[in-house]
This record gives sequence, structure tokens and C-alpha cells, in this order.
Amino acid sequence: MSATATPPPQQSTTAILSGSKGLFGRLSTTANRSFKLLVRSKSGLIGLGILSVFTLIAIIGPWIAPQDPNASTSFSDQILAPPSSEYLLGTDDNGRDVLSQLILGTRISMLVGFAAAIVSAVIGSIVGISAGYFGGWTDRILTAIDDWFLVIPFLPLAIVLATLLGDAANSLPLGRVFILILVIGLTGWAGTSRIIRSQVLSLKQRVFVERARALGSTTPWIIRKQILPNVLPLIFANTVLIIAISILTESTLSFLGLGDPSRASWGQMLNAANDSGAMAQGAWWFFVPPGVCIVLVVIAFTMVGYAIEEIVNPKLRERR
Amino acid sequence: MRHVLIKIGIALGTLGFVLVFNFFLFRVAGDPAKDLLRNPRITPEAREALIEERGLNEGLVTQFRIYLVNTLSGELETSYSTNRPVLTEITEALPNTILLVGTATLLSAFIGSWLGVVAASRRGRASDTGITQGSLILYSMPEFWLGMILIWLLAVTLGLFPTGLKVNPGQEFSSVGYVWNVIQHAALPILTLTLGLLGQYVVIMRSALADVLNEDFVTTARAIGLPNYRVLRDHAVRNALLPVVTLVSLNLGFVVSGAITIEALFSWPGIGQLTVDAINTKDLPMLQGIFLFTSAAVIIANLFADILLTYLDPRVRVS
Repeated sequence: MSATATPPPQQSTTAILSGSKGLFGRLSTTANRSFKLLVRSKSGLIGLGILSVFTLIAIIGPWIAPQDPNASTSFSDQILAPPSSEYLLGTDDNGRDVLSQLILGTRISMLVGFAAAIVSAVIGSIVGISAGYFGGWTDRILTAIDDWFLVIPFLPLAIVLATLLGDAANSLPLGRVFILILVIGLTGWAGTSRIIRSQVLSLKQRVFVERARALGSTTPWIIRKQILPNVLPLIFANTVLIIAISILTESTLSFLGLGDPSRASWGQMLNAANDSGAMAQGAWWFFVPPGVCIVLVVIAFTMVGYAIEEIVNPKLRERR
Repeated sequence: MRHVLIKIGIALGTLGFVLVFNFFLFRVAGDPAKDLLRNPRITPEAREALIEERGLNEGLVTQFRIYLVNTLSGELETSYSTNRPVLTEITEALPNTILLVGTATLLSAFIGSWLGVVAASRRGRASDTGITQGSLILYSMPEFWLGMILIWLLAVTLGLFPTGLKVNPGQEFSSVGYVWNVIQHAALPILTLTLGLLGQYVVIMRSALADVLNEDFVTTARAIGLPNYRVLRDHAVRNALLPVVTLVSLNLGFVVSGAITIEALFSWPGIGQLTVDAINTKDLPMLQGIFLFTSAAVIIANLFADILLTYLDPRVRVS
């Protein structure tokens, strides 16, 4: 990734001075400042706009869906019916309203994207910070594991994990959706930890960390007060980009039949469309809208992620 | 030479770790003896024989030893759903996958790098913006969805291509007509995959070339008065090709696993189709074999890319 040679964020000296501010304080300052810079970049602003709309739909979905998305019908004229005033985006192979499914699917797709990215970010940060800070054998072993996860073809691994864990789905909240979050999170952290590690390696050499160590600060204190606040912006930027990838992966796994039919995401809708032969019947309203939503959200997260990355790493600005 | 030997050692280590991981994943996260019980195609006698053969009622260490000996001698397990050896199924499907993904990888590498050169040499102009945004959109698109749109538009609406399968059922084998039939069926999945892979080549080529174009020797070449195409062809592009070469050789490793959704969508009888069938029938031995096989392919491709780079780029040898 391009962020390997990241210069440390400029606020690193203020970070020590404002040590009294908690971790969440730091995070919200970072988010605040990023937000201000973000709305100045055009693509970041567009991305943010798209994301706000979809996030709103994900939250209020059940209240704005025009129909019950699970109300199937046996009237044959309502099976794969084209868009009409009653069904704005037509119906699926069971006569269910496509628009309502799309609205409720937003919540599932976004939830998996966010939650899986957070799982990746947590694992990636723990591994990256430990490897970078402790060095030696800890670093060697963690980097070897990291390398391994980077090399292994990740889709077959995710498929294998999702199939093996699939049995446990019934006893879990959110069913197979929970399994998807876990699997995508567990397979997607390797890139993050690599970036964090190199940042921590350079931070560790910096004067303020060495001074703290010389003054007898404990390792947990240094990591919490000096390392973590300074890698947080990087983690933040990376997580936004990972959300985009997680949403794509969710759609792929659901399309392959590893999703939860009773909690339909956009990918799950595409799976149903393909199984019911929607393309052969020209029922575009069934498979075009979910894909458009996926593309829009993925592009939006990517644009916002790049914009944040440029804020965190000013060197990138001149390159693009 | 020492560098290459180290790389080979690392690759072997990674392969070894895959072997161990594969074993524990399926024995610890899953329960093979219970899975056998669930499979209606296996008679109780056959199940007893399988449990005996794999040592499933013995300790983990014995099981691991049997697994290791079997796998290293190329003897994978038997598929639950077809009752044929997993290795046979995989080697039969492999040529189909290679035909599909190999062609698409090469096509996308050539077209993508060319578009990247166009974009980088016209930085900031309309063609650059168009190409860059187009690749971002293609990159953000689930490949299988692109395929669904293409099936709907090109195969169903315009009737230009068949919608799936490798050949028409009943097509006579080994004739000119057969080959033509396969080409017709392969065209649309190859087009889909090529478009899906295109974006990354555009991005890599564009940024590599943009870096090179800022170097002094390019300025010198321009100052000498060389025409633009010669500056690009003889000086800049050559130096920007390294990352592209790396990406191609890395992607060749994903040839085996890269088309799972596309094969499923087009019912193309390759590794991807095998994977989807295995998911739907919960055929764990098949999934295990596919995971092992695809991992090995990627590790070998990585090794190949590393060795290739040491010969192409002297700087790697020094560091």
C-alpha cells in the first residue's frame, strides 16, 4: 500500500500534550478534523453525500418500505411483474415487492460492511501494533502469519470458513449474517496490520516515545497514550476502505449461496434473481437495482477513504 | 542465487502451513465423522471403512499423520456428492478454468496497461479522467453482477452469445464445429472477467508511469527533442512495466480461484463451478481439496513472481 512511508501525522507533539484527553476524545477530534478537510475535497463530499443517504435508508428502512417485503403472492400476474404504480420496482419471482426488499437489504449489506470492517480493524491494529512495537520474535511470528493471510487466496478461504461455521448459524443472533461478518472480518485484516506495523515502527523511534521510555513509562501506557493516538487516523482511513471491500465480499458470498435468505442483503437478492432466471425473462428490475446500490456504496466508501487517506498522509496529495 | 533459495524456502514453509491449517480447519472446526453420517450417498459399511482408513476414531496425531501421508502422495479424499476422487474432479475442471481466466488475465493486462499509458501520458485531461473513473466504477462492481447485465443485454436481448455452459448439449466432440461452439460459449464469460480485471492494471500502469515521467532521464529525452511516442516507448514505459509484470504473475496464481462467481453464473464447468456445487451439497472433502489446490497455485505464482523480479530488477537482488 502507498502508506508504507507515511510521515507521522503533524499533531504528534500535541498528542502528548493533550494526554488527558481520552482515546475517544482523540478519535472524535480526528474524525472532526477529517470531516472539515473532507468536505473541502469534491469527491470526498460526493461520497459522503451518497453514504448519508444510504445510512439513513439503512436506519429508517422498516418504516419507509412501501410494502411488506415478505408478502408473497400466488397471483401469476404479480410474479416478476414489471414496475407499476403499485410496485415501483416490480416484483420478484415470489411476487414480493423489489423496492421494499432493496430498502431492507440496505440495512443488512451496510451492517455486514461496517461490522466486518471493525472486526478487521481491531485484529489488524492489535497484530500491527504488537508486531511493530515489540519487535524481535513477536514481530517475526506475527509478520509470518500476516504474510500467510496476504498470500492465501481469500475467497476460497472465506467460502470454506462460511461453510464450516454455517451449522452454528441457527443458534446465533442474526443467523448467517453473523457468520458472514465473522468470516469477512477474520480474512480481511492482513493489509491493515501491515500498514499499522510500519507506522508503529517509525513512531517507536521518535523522540517523545524514547523520552517517555527513559522516564520509566510502562509499555501499556506508551501504547495507549502515544502509539495508539498517532496511528488512529491511519486505522480510520484504512477501515473506511475496508468497508467497501467487505460490502463487495458480502455480495459475493451471498451470491454463492452462503447468505441468509431470511435476512436478504443486496447480494442475496442477486442470488435469488439468478436462481429464478430473471435475466432470461428480461426482468431487469429484479437484478439491476441491487447491483447499482452495491456499486454506489462501494464507490462512495472508496472516495471517502481516499480523501481521508490524503488528509492523513499529505504526501499522497501531489501524486494523484 | 541465495536470494532465490530463501524465497523457495519461504514458499515451502507457507505451503507447509497451508497443509497444517487445512487439517485443523476441517478436523477441529468441522467433524468429519459426523459429516459422513449426514451424507445419504455413503452406506454404513462404507462409512465404517472410511473412518477406519482415515483413522477418524484415533487420536489427532494419528489422523494428522495419515492426512499428511495421503496428501503428500497426491491422494485427496473422495467427494461426498459424486463419490469420485477429489483430485480427479479438480484436474478435469482445471483446463476449463485456465482457458477462461488465463485468456481474461492476458487480455486485461494488455488492454489495461495500454489504457494506463494513455491516461498517464495525458494526465488531467478528459481522456485521463474518463479512463480513471471508468476503472474505478469497474473495480467497484461485483464481477458477477456485470456478468448478469451482459447476459441480459448481449445474450438474451440481442442473442449474440449463448447464456451459459461450455458447449451445446449434444454437440459432436472433436470437430471444427465443437471448437467454434466452445469459443462462442467462452466469449461472454471471458469478456466479463476481462472487464472485471481491467481496472487494477489501468491504475497500476497509470501511477507507475506517472512516477517515471517525473524522472530526470525522461526530461532529458524530451530535451533531446525525441517525439512523444519515442519518449514513452523507449524510455518511460519500459521502466514502468515492473509493477505490471508483478501483478500479472501474481494474478496468474488466482487463475485457479479467480472466476468462482463467473463460472457459477455461466455454468462453466471449471473449479468455480465445482466450488459452488460443493457449497450447495456441503461437500467438505471437495472444498478442502479446492482450498489446498488454490492455495498451492497462489504460493507457486508468488514464488515465480519473486524469482522473475530478481532477474528483471537488479535492485531487488541488492536489498
